[in-house]
Parts: sequence; structure tokens; C-alpha cells
Amino acid sequence: MAELSRETIRDTAIDCILSVAPEAEIDRLRHDRPWREQLEVDSFDFLNVLVALETRLGVSVPEGDYHELTTLDGLVAYLEARLAETPP
Amino acid sequence: MSDFRMPALGADMESGTLAEWHIQPGERVERGQVVCVVETQKGAIEVEIWQSGTVERLVAEPGDRVPVGEVLAVLRGEDDTVGETPPRPSPAAPPTARSRRPADLPPVGAPAAPLRRRVSPAARRRAAALGVDPASVSGSGPGGTITLEDIEQAAATSGPAAAGDDRDAMRQAIAAAMSRANREIPHYYLGHWLCVEPALAWLATHNARRPVAERLIFPVLQLRAVAMALHEVPDLNGWYLDGAFRPAQGIHLGVAIALRGGGLVAPALRDADVLAPDAMMAALGDLLTRARAGQLRSSEMSDTGLTVTNLGDLGVDSVQGVITPPQVALVGFGRVSERPWVRDGQVVAARCVHASLAADHRVTDGAIGARFLARLTDFLQEPERLWQN
Repeated sequence: MAELSRETIRDTAIDCILSVAPEAEIDRLRHDRPWREQLEVDSFDFLNVLVALETRLGVSVPEGDYHELTTLDGLVAYLEARLAETPP
Repeated sequence: MSDFRMPALGADMESGTLAEWHIQPGERVERGQVVCVVETQKGAIEVEIWQSGTVERLVAEPGDRVPVGEVLAVLRGEDDTVGETPPRPSPAAPPTARSRRPADLPPVGAPAAPLRRRVSPAARRRAAALGVDPASVSGSGPGGTITLEDIEQAAATSGPAAAGDDRDAMRQAIAAAMSRANREIPHYYLGHWLCVEPALAWLATHNARRPVAERLIFPVLQLRAVAMALHEVPDLNGWYLDGAFRPAQGIHLGVAIALRGGGLVAPALRDADVLAPDAMMAALGDLLTRARAGQLRSSEMSDTGLTVTNLGDLGVDSVQGVITPPQVALVGFGRVSERPWVRDGQVVAARCVHASLAADHRVTDGAIGARFLARLTDFLQEPERLWQN
């Protein structure tokens, strides 16, 4: 996969969140604060966001890494790092 | 011949508006089949039928507001299936629902009005398109028939936003149920902090090698623990009706689901004490998805024995809940967070959750509530026992 810019990754992550929670007020989201609480995304919808991310970016997030995804900034940094790993 | 009647889709339902039929005269129907959609204050509900047979005729038409217990359709059974009743007694059977309505609560809608209003077919279609309830419109045509013009005038004066009206109706339904709860139910509250490290470790092991779509979420364990604790303390699973406790048949847990944009529904996760982990996850996911899409079924709305609310996803530590009448208890979970915890005489950081019980003092005393919370705690602290039976 061609290298994605941080902004593209951020936009994709937001797309994935919106695909699960279409009415989320994404413009008012603080990227450095926990996004699930701000957008009222429960644990089931969180799983659906992860499914969408896996489909869009090919990144499968193990459960042990969930804590890195708390804020949107954290989520983007995590995805960036995973995408930069040497492809299999 | 047998009648298919408007079911009570929740304790406070007085009537529902038939939105559409999925069957037609002459068609064969099977027990459990979804045969129509009914609009209620809790949204559109897919209604199942609990008898098999052939549709003789449809009595109600789309757009009709039909009181609970009134005939919707007539069925012909091929070998006269007398005695085929719904699989479980409904806690909100029509006479009960009616007799239990507090005297000071005005009836919803206008039960005194004629049941069937004459509405021209064109007007009915227009009404559906504009989101106007024909029952709320006075007819200017012959014999009070509601005409196309009446509908359009009603739509123009009532303003926009049928969705907003739905929202208002749901708000009113919640307000009525919760006001009744606070007026009639002497609540007592118990709460307990518990360490969920063992349960989360069990979950992590279970999920470790699974793709995202096949993982369990923590609420599955919480719901299972509630179901198993109810198994041991059944006094909290049922309804307070006509001055007495009636135990529920089976363990059907109401799952409180916040709808985006406002409102709340609590459909039943059925047979929560029987489902294996993956089946329970699938059932919960299905319920959440359909609740948010407004596609719940009648069997999920009528026989909930106890409701569970989980506000942990919203970041609160604890919940002091209001019981949904005629249920007699509500279990609340707060968020999972790290707290100081004493283990073997040492203070350690451990992930904990607050579990609360709101219960009806007319039915149980604190000792029973405490026993229930203790069992619930045991199950979450020894997760390998959750699916042991």
C-alpha cells in the first residue's frame, strides 16, 4: 500500500467512526480527549469501528492494543505506526 | 377461527398504529412469523404471531390506531389450533395494563372515539407520506370521512418533522413510565464495587486469537453474570401486578439502549441464561443494531423480567436506576476504571466496576437484594463459572 499521510489516516478514521455513528458531532470532537465518550460510542459500536478500519486500512487491532486508541490522536498515531510496519 | 389481536408492547401501551401488513388474505402464516409492523411510542415494532393458520381476513388497515387487545386479523387454523397461546404469559396483558393505569394519568390518544375512522385510501397514503396520524385528524367529508384535504391541512398546521414527533412521543412514554415508577414503587438501592481483573483476563484470553468481528465485549459477561445471579435469586425476575409478585418464565433481560439523538429502548435479550458466549454476543449485536434501526420485534418488548443499564460507556462511575414498571428491579453498571484495590493486604491498582441494584421494596427486602449482588459479584470474579452449567 502506498504510504498514507497522517491527514489521510485521520480522515479515514473519522469516516469509519461516522459509518458506525452517522450522527456523531465530529466537528466538535476534541482529538486529544477520549472520543468514545464524546461521541457516545459504546463497546459494540467500537468493535464495528475496528471492523471498518480493518476493511479500509487492512489493520487488525488486537484487544491488547485497545488502550492506545482512546483518543483520536492516539488512534491516528497507532494506525500510522502499524501501517509503517514492514509489510508481510 | 381465531383472532390475531393487538399485543401490548410494553406495560404502558394503550394502542398502536398499524403501519403495514406483511401478510394477505389466503396466505399461510407460521407461529413466530413477523406479520405486521406497528408504530408505538417506542418506535416501529415488528409484530410476530403466535398461532399458525391461514389468513381469513385483515380487519385493521394501515393507518388505523388499534387499542391493545382489539382484533387485527382473523385466522383459520387447519386443524383448529385451539389453546395455542403466546409462548409465555405477557406481563402486560390488556386487562392488566388497563386496570393498572393510574387514575390521574390521562389516557393516551382518544379511546372514547370511534375505533375506526373512515379515511379515503388517497388520504391514507398521503397521511403516511406526510407522517400524519389519521386518528388525530377530524374528518370534513361525508359521515366524518377524512379526506385528502383534511390530511394536508393537518400536516400544514402541525408543522414539520414527523421524526421530531416520534421523539416527543418516546419522551412522553418514558416520562409516563418513570413518573409511575417514582410514584408507585418504593425503591431501595444497593451498590457494590468489584474488581473485574479476572473477568477482563478471561475476556482477553477468549478474544486473543479472534478477528475483530468474532470478539466478545465485556457487557456480554455482565449480562451473563446478571442472568446466572437471577437464576439463584429469582425473586427479582418478574413483575408486580395487581398487588402481587408474578415471577417471569425464563430469563429475558431488558438491555437499556440509548438511541442516538435521544430516547431509550430496553428490548429483551431472550434466554440470557441459556445462550453460549458467541450466541449471546450475536444476539446482543443483533438487538443493538435493530434497536437503532427501529426494527424491534414484539416478543422483545413484552416479557422482560429485569432490565440492565450500563452507563459505563458514557464515563460515569455508578448508576442509581429507576425501575421500569411492572418490573421489580434494575441492575446498573458504571464504567470500568482503575482504582486502588486491596489485595493480600497491599493496595494495588486494579480495574473495577460499580454494580448497583434498584429494587421494589414491596416485593423484596434488602437481604435478597444483597444476596443477588453477592452472587453477581461471585460470577464476575470467577468468570470460568459463568458458562459452567
